[in-house]
Amino acid sequence: MSSFDLAGVGFSYGGPATQLEGVTVQFTAPEMVALVGPNGAGKSTMLGVMAGLRAGYSGSCRFDGVEVRDWNRRSFTRFISFVPQNLRLDFPFTAEQVVLMGRTPYAGGLFESPEDWEAVEQAMRWTDTLAFRAREFRSLSGGERQRVVLASALAQGPRVLLLDEPTAFLDLEHQLSVYRLLREQTERGLLVIAVTHDLNLALSYASRLVALKHGRLVADGPPNEALTGARLRDVFGVSAEVLSRPDGRAWIAYGD
Amino acid sequence: MAIERIEPRRLTAAVTLALAVFCVAALLAPLAGSATVDWKKAVAGEWPDSEILFGTRVPRVLLALLSGGSLSLAGVLFQALLRDALATPYTMGISSGASLGAVLAICFGIRTLAGLPGLWVAAFAGSLLTLVLVLAIAADGRRMSSFTLLLAGVTMNSISMAFILLLHNTADFGQSFAIVRWLMGSLEPLDYKTLLVLLATVLPVSVWLFVKARQWNLMAVGEEWAAARGVSPARLLLSGSIAGSILTAFVTALTGPIGFVGLIVPHALRLRYGADHRVLMPCAFLWGGTFLLVCDTIARVAMAPAELPVGVITAIIGGPWFIVLLRSRRRSLWV
Repeated sequence: MSSFDLAGVGFSYGGPATQLEGVTVQFTAPEMVALVGPNGAGKSTMLGVMAGLRAGYSGSCRFDGVEVRDWNRRSFTRFISFVPQNLRLDFPFTAEQVVLMGRTPYAGGLFESPEDWEAVEQAMRWTDTLAFRAREFRSLSGGERQRVVLASALAQGPRVLLLDEPTAFLDLEHQLSVYRLLREQTERGLLVIAVTHDLNLALSYASRLVALKHGRLVADGPPNEALTGARLRDVFGVSAEVLSRPDGRAWIAYGD
Repeated sequence: MAIERIEPRRLTAAVTLALAVFCVAALLAPLAGSATVDWKKAVAGEWPDSEILFGTRVPRVLLALLSGGSLSLAGVLFQALLRDALATPYTMGISSGASLGAVLAICFGIRTLAGLPGLWVAAFAGSLLTLVLVLAIAADGRRMSSFTLLLAGVTMNSISMAFILLLHNTADFGQSFAIVRWLMGSLEPLDYKTLLVLLATVLPVSVWLFVKARQWNLMAVGEEWAAARGVSPARLLLSGSIAGSILTAFVTALTGPIGFVGLIVPHALRLRYGADHRVLMPCAFLWGGTFLLVCDTIARVAMAPAELPVGVITAIIGGPWFIVLLRSRRRSLWV
């Protein structure tokens, strides 16, 4: 059972401002968590701390009982995949080469083992990227690129997926297909934590919603309970109404 | 249906071709030159064929192969580490450091240092000192980013060049000629002992770089990308820039700065083979050596018996070729 246990986690980039302060929260697989909050709320920082990319955090952030900064990086990255916001490449790697890089934590030699190739093939099947595996990554559309980056993360064979705005640059159809994929991975037993700005997507797909504001945790619970009109005003400073759909699910209407 | 696993086969095919051309060039180049040499007589030890072939041409060919290979490999490496398609082995300031050392040796008339030619020792010391300074400027505690490394290198480059201009300004006529000659970069026949030392440095460093090829792939994408896949970007940046600088420093001390090899060979290979460093690195070494050898052979025969500095040839051939590549494949280079 993979779990994250954050207790009083704080982080600052060295100035007087703190990005994260006293965040205490637990996550246990399988669940799909939407991490929301206004710009600068500390969402990406929190994800970075959990992914082991921000070692200078205060408080305690444990994965499977061991402090994140004490994990052997190679073992850690066999359990935890991190998906960046928008990957730009300076060099002509193919889609397949990008996915193959996900196998580095398992690398023995100069070339991938048969198990590596199986994992890569499986990840590309899940993300529906096999069709353009030989094409140059930079020549792909935004949606295709994001699926390739997801495939690279899945090829790591992780138990936890941490995603920083995985659908930021995608059109509606591709946003939905990414979220469907994430829900499938949750059903396979993964812990999925995704930063998102799209609250309706969070309501539709996430099993839990965690909100940050000014680096502090301000809401945590099932999406339709955690999101109320009052809280939206509080956290995001917008007026909005949470409506109930005929099928019982909630959706948000913005505006006065 | 299992997907086709192409990488190992691509490597074999690409390296076989590169190695074949490398060997053919290495065998043919010593026969070209202002004096006609009969290789049968040379092998039999007859004078002057033997002296021309084994005393001057073969060592110069070997130097060209090793220098071109090292510079081109270092170019591939620095482009990946700095994620800058225009990075060269000289971006980190290594060659201007070497040049400053060499110019100091010329101006102060230091002919020998520790039993070796003063020019080599001073140039090598200059590049190592530059490397240490650049790393010290770029390091921030235990962290280091490619961006600060790039800026530190560019700055050290300018400072060294300013001192070179200053020294050149105070030099007499003979020194001035020697300085300009050094700055153009040229290949001179060396003794076999020096070549052996060069080989003993270049070979292990190159093999180490090749073994780490998958890590350079990660670094070429990004530091966070690499860290999220279990490697330490700071450590790779440090060890990589030291390895690349050793290659560059050794070669530059013996030849002076030779431009373009470290820029166009890597780019041409990326257009042909893509960005995987497992294919790119061995090919860069072999094609880089071949390219410099061809340029140097042209430098020897074009205006024979006069010889041109090879740095001029690499720029004259390399510049336009690079522009053609740039125009024809602009998208894949820059997007």
